[in-house]
This record gives sequence, structure tokens and C-alpha cells, in this order.
Amino acid sequence: MLGKGFNKVAFGAVAGVLLMAAAACGGSSSGGGTTASEEPAAGGASSSSAPLKVGLAFDVGGRGDKSFNDAAYAGLEKAKAELGADIKELSPAADGSNRGDLLRQLADAGYNPIIGVGFAYDADIKATAAEYPDIQFAVIDSASSGPNVTGLLFAEEQGSYLAGVAAAAKSKSGHVGFVGGVENALIKKFEAGFDAGVKSVKPDAKIDVSYLTPDGDFSGFSAPDKGKIAAEKMYQDGADIVYHAAGDSGLGVFQAAAAAGKKAIGVDSDQRQTITETNLQNVIMTSMLKRVDVGVFEFIKAFQGGAKGGQNDTYDLKVDGVGLATTGGEIDDIKDQLDKAKQGIVDGTITVPTTPES
Amino acid sequence: MPSGLNRALLTLAGAVVAIVVAIAVCSVAIVAAGGDPLHALAAFFDFGATDRAQANGIATLFNRAVPLFIAGLAVAIGFRMNLFNIGVEGQYRIAAICAAYVGSTFVAPAPIQIAVIIIVAMVVGGLYALIPAVMKVTRGVNEVISTIMLNYIAINVSAYLVRGPFTGERAEGQLTVSTQPLPPSGMFPDLNFVFGWFGLPAPTREGGLWGFLVMAIVLGVVIWAVLERTKFGFAIKASGLNDSAAQAAGIDAKRMVIAAMVFSGAIAGLIGLPEILGSTGSFGTTFTSGLGFLGIAVALLGRNKPAGIAVAALLFAFLDRAQGALQFANIPPSVIEIIQGAIVLLVVVANEVTNRFALRLEERRAARQLKVTA
Repeated sequence: MLGKGFNKVAFGAVAGVLLMAAAACGGSSSGGGTTASEEPAAGGASSSSAPLKVGLAFDVGGRGDKSFNDAAYAGLEKAKAELGADIKELSPAADGSNRGDLLRQLADAGYNPIIGVGFAYDADIKATAAEYPDIQFAVIDSASSGPNVTGLLFAEEQGSYLAGVAAAAKSKSGHVGFVGGVENALIKKFEAGFDAGVKSVKPDAKIDVSYLTPDGDFSGFSAPDKGKIAAEKMYQDGADIVYHAAGDSGLGVFQAAAAAGKKAIGVDSDQRQTITETNLQNVIMTSMLKRVDVGVFEFIKAFQGGAKGGQNDTYDLKVDGVGLATTGGEIDDIKDQLDKAKQGIVDGTITVPTTPES
Repeated sequence: MPSGLNRALLTLAGAVVAIVVAIAVCSVAIVAAGGDPLHALAAFFDFGATDRAQANGIATLFNRAVPLFIAGLAVAIGFRMNLFNIGVEGQYRIAAICAAYVGSTFVAPAPIQIAVIIIVAMVVGGLYALIPAVMKVTRGVNEVISTIMLNYIAINVSAYLVRGPFTGERAEGQLTVSTQPLPPSGMFPDLNFVFGWFGLPAPTREGGLWGFLVMAIVLGVVIWAVLERTKFGFAIKASGLNDSAAQAAGIDAKRMVIAAMVFSGAIAGLIGLPEILGSTGSFGTTFTSGLGFLGIAVALLGRNKPAGIAVAALLFAFLDRAQGALQFANIPPSVIEIIQGAIVLLVVVANEVTNRFALRLEERRAARQLKVTA
């Protein structure tokens, strides 16, 4: 028994020593902190003469998702190339428990501005922006929540309208489908635009709509199996083109399209280029582009020009913040029709709804 | 006591070897990923250049350690009597949403408000753990299977509750869902004043250093006392070491299964509270998940003893905190998970090796003594 007791003490002691070593190292760097104190002051200044240090925090999934996060990174890289920005991008832990801490670490390291990718950053950006009032923040897909926060929003309904026009023009059966990842206000914008676009070409077209998970349950963005089942049903019922706004679940939609020998429309990035499965590339007729890269780059450029937060920047068709991908050339023959629709939206002669009719 | 000292030195050597080998394994992974292992080690100890960054880093470390510690305790109570409560994950999630909801429905003075929230969390966690316990004693259902299944149910039920019956008001265009925030009296006071003692500025991170740290320390002491100094604790230990001997000694096995499981579930109910009472004030889309599973590793590493679990939780939190620092040093953060896994595995192996080695030494010493006296 005594041996066991010693055992326990010894084990604790080892770990204790380790932690003390940790504390000692932390202490030594605080000693050096006095000499380094001018560093954050230089980074904190938001004048355009100071070196531009841009920080970006990804959502769960991080870099390499071939979609949303990678699009944001493309904008960051462009800022590095064209604006000479010093960039740093961080991915959160798999459980997403440290989103706020990543933002703070970027702020403490002198990065300004700082961008949070995805609406999950909403609350953390709000809290961090209040803690660091001298730093400018931006959040993608969420509205501004403070005087130093810029909301980067996208007119998904306008791009989806064009996707609807393309689907209706290309559909032989007059029957198309829409697969949404999660039934929330954001994805309903996609549905509303698609719906209006299809009806503008074929008023009597049949549109199947399916959402993979209800509002608040975000597993619908990462469930290719559910996406496949939903799309399979639509193709069996006679739809020949299905548009998805379901993140990673879209892979299932493409698989169903390949199996049925029919077509699908991708979302967010040019999925015909980004998807790695070569047999699925040909089923992607076009993709509705959501130019997160443009949003990120324009925000950084505006920051360099001295812009301050507190408002939302909406990226719509007018600034090519949304649009259709032409890779594969499958929609080249209806280019005139698409350009006309786009012109109508930009002119204001066509107003696209943001909520579905039914 | 030379034998005791020998044993202590052996364990020390075992732990040091385990940690050195774990670091070596990770260095290989880091080199394979194109990084420099020395930079990675330095990153773990890099808490930032400014006082403010260090204060935030230290608060982050402790805020991560507290739920891990509670999770480790909850798992360890079951482990002590050979009950594998894999259901801590589900128990804490369902307890957290119920506690957050009940706490948001009324306003009372802070001590009462917080006490009610804590009691609701413990009761819900305990009741949810009662289901596999009853299934085990009445029908002999293996608790590993039933608790894993109940995890899925709890995760999906809490996902339904947060967007359905328990959902709070949402701002226009807000996509995340959460329960109604707690009133100010429901928030646990922070411990930021402690930083003043060390000449550091208070952390500016949301919620600062969570006051639930004090609760966790009290909980650790209470559980140590219950397990080591009460008849109930002895009965748990006896049932775990030798079930049939315990029954022969008059310990009711069925009652012990139910009691230990409910006790474990009640502690599990507290895992989500540091976060809810410390900073978010609600259960929502961004609520931290997976702590129940991490608790299993923490309990293993801490050898099911409160003091050991505290050290293990601090070690895991210390590694987790470096998520950002490693990326600043251009090293993939997955290294953290490799280190955590390697340490747990190697410490378990090292324990077993040193135990056997010590046993053999002890046998030889006893044999020598017998020869001398004979």
C-alpha cells in the first residue's frame, strides 16, 4: 500500500515539474515582454503607412475544404500578393471550442484587421471586437455587431436566380429540384432566388424542394448520404437538374446525378474545378459562385483605404460578388439569356425575393 | 522505506520515459509534416509577447482544464468499480441544456439562482445515468453498449430542444440558435482578481478566469474524501477490486451499481456549467462538445485519483491552448492530438511495466529476507 502511495506521489511530481517548467517559460517570456512592447503598438495603428497584418480565423473544417474556407483563403492570398499584406490564418480545434481565443491571439499578436469565416463566429466576433475596440473585424455571412465590425454578406438569391434561369432553360422535362442543407433563413435565400429564376423562364415548371435537417441542426451541411437520398428521389420523380446549397452534402447530390445520368448545379465555389472525383465533374452543369474571396479581398483593401466598420457590405451581382461558373462550357449556349437576366437584376427591373413564396 | 523509495523512483522513471517517448513520436510526426520539432516545443510555452496576451493565455488554460477535470472525475467514479460509463458525453449535454433553460426562466438572488442551476444539472445528469444503471441491474445490459446508444439519443434530443421548446429569442438574420440567456444573477463571479496578485493585468477574454474553478477544486476534494474516507467509497473500491469478495462481505452489488452510476452522472451534469455560467450564459450552437470522451482519456491518465486527474486535465489543457501558438509557428495543430494520444497510451504502458518490475523486485527482496531468517 505504501508503495502505491509513493507511486501516486511520484506520478504527480513528474507532471508537477513539467507544469512548473511551463510556468517558468511563461515567466521568462514576460520578462522579455517589456522590450517587445512597442511591437503591438506598431501593429495596432490602423494608418495605411504601417505594415498591413491581416489575420483570418477559419470555421471548423479549416483550410482544404475545397469550398467556403478555401475561398476565404484565396482572398487572403490575393491581399498578400497585391497589397503586400502580412497574413496569418488559424484553424479552430475540431470541437470549435477555441474560436474566440484564436481571434484574441491574432489581436494580441498585432493583427489588424481580423476576419472570422462563417456565421458561427457571430457571438465570438461581437465579444472580441468589444474587447479590442482599436482593431477592425469582419465576419462572413453575419451582420455587423459593433462599431468596429463589418458584416460581409452576399446576395445569394441573385446568383441563385441565375442558377434557376440556367436550370429551366436546360431542363427537358420542365422538372427541377433544390436540395438545401439546413432549413434556415440563409439557405432559404438560395431557394427563393432559384425558385424565381426557374419560374421566370418556365412559369409552369415543377420544383421539388428538400431540406436535409431542420433549423439549428447543422449536420445537414456535412451529410453526403442524406444529400444523395434526397437527390435520388428527385431524379426518380422526373427531375433532370438539381441545385444544391448544402455544403459537403452536395457530394451526395453529384453522386445521385452521376448514377441517374442527369445534371446538378454546384454552390459557393466552382465545384467542377474543385471536386476531386473526375467522374462527378461532368455532372456539374454550372456552379453558383459566392465570391467569398472577393469579399475578403475588398474588405482588406477598404481597410487599407481607412474604412471603418459598423456596417454591412453586401456583395451582389453588380460587383460580381455572386455569379455562375462557366467551366465545361455547358451554359455557353444560353449566355445571352443569362446576361439579360443579370442585367435586369443589376438595373433593378427584376427584383429577386429573399424568402420562398410557399 | 527503501522499497517504497525504489518504487517511487521506478514510477518517476517510467513517467519520464513515457513523456520523452511521446515527444519523440510527435517529433517524427512534426518532421513528416515539414515542421521543426524544437519550434513546436517552444510554441507550447509561448504565451504571447504582452502581459495581456499572457493573462488571456493562462485564463484559457484553466478554463479548458476545469471542464476536463470534472469530466475526468465523472468517468473515474465509474472506473473505480469497473463500470465503464461511456455515457458522460450524453449526460453532460442533456444536463447542460436543461440547466441553462431552467436557469433562464426565473430571476432570484445570485446564490439561489446558481444553486438551482447546479442542482438541476446534477439531477438531470444523474437521472440520465440511472437509465443504463437500471438496465444493467434488472436485465444485465452491458453499460458500455447502453451508454453509447444513450449518447446518440441525448445529443439529438438536446439538438431538438435547443431549436424547439427551449429556444430563445433570435435577432433578425441570426443563424445560430441558443437558449434564452441567463439573467445576470445566474452568472458565476470570475476570478480575475487573482491575476493582480502576480502583477499581471486581468484577462480581457470574455468571462475572464471562470469562477467555477473554485467549485471544481471543492468538488475534487469532496470526491477524494468520499472515495477514500467513507464507507460508500470503500464499497465502490471493494466492488471494483473483487466483486464476489465484496458481495460476500455484505455489499449489495446492485445497489452499488445504481449508486455509482448516478453519482457519476450527477458529476457529469456539471461539465457544461463552467462554460455556461462563466461566459456564454446559454446553451447554443457553439456549445463545446466531446468533453465526455476526453474525460475518459483524462481519467486514465490520472489513474482515477482526483489529484492525478487534476494534473492530467492541466496537461491536456496546456496542450490544447497551443492550438493557435503552433499555427503561428507554422506547425499543423493536429500535433496536439497526436501528443495527447501518445502520452495516454505510453503512460498506461509505462505504469504496467513499472508495476510488474516493482512486483518482481519486491518478491526477490522478500525471498532474500526469508532465506536470511531461515
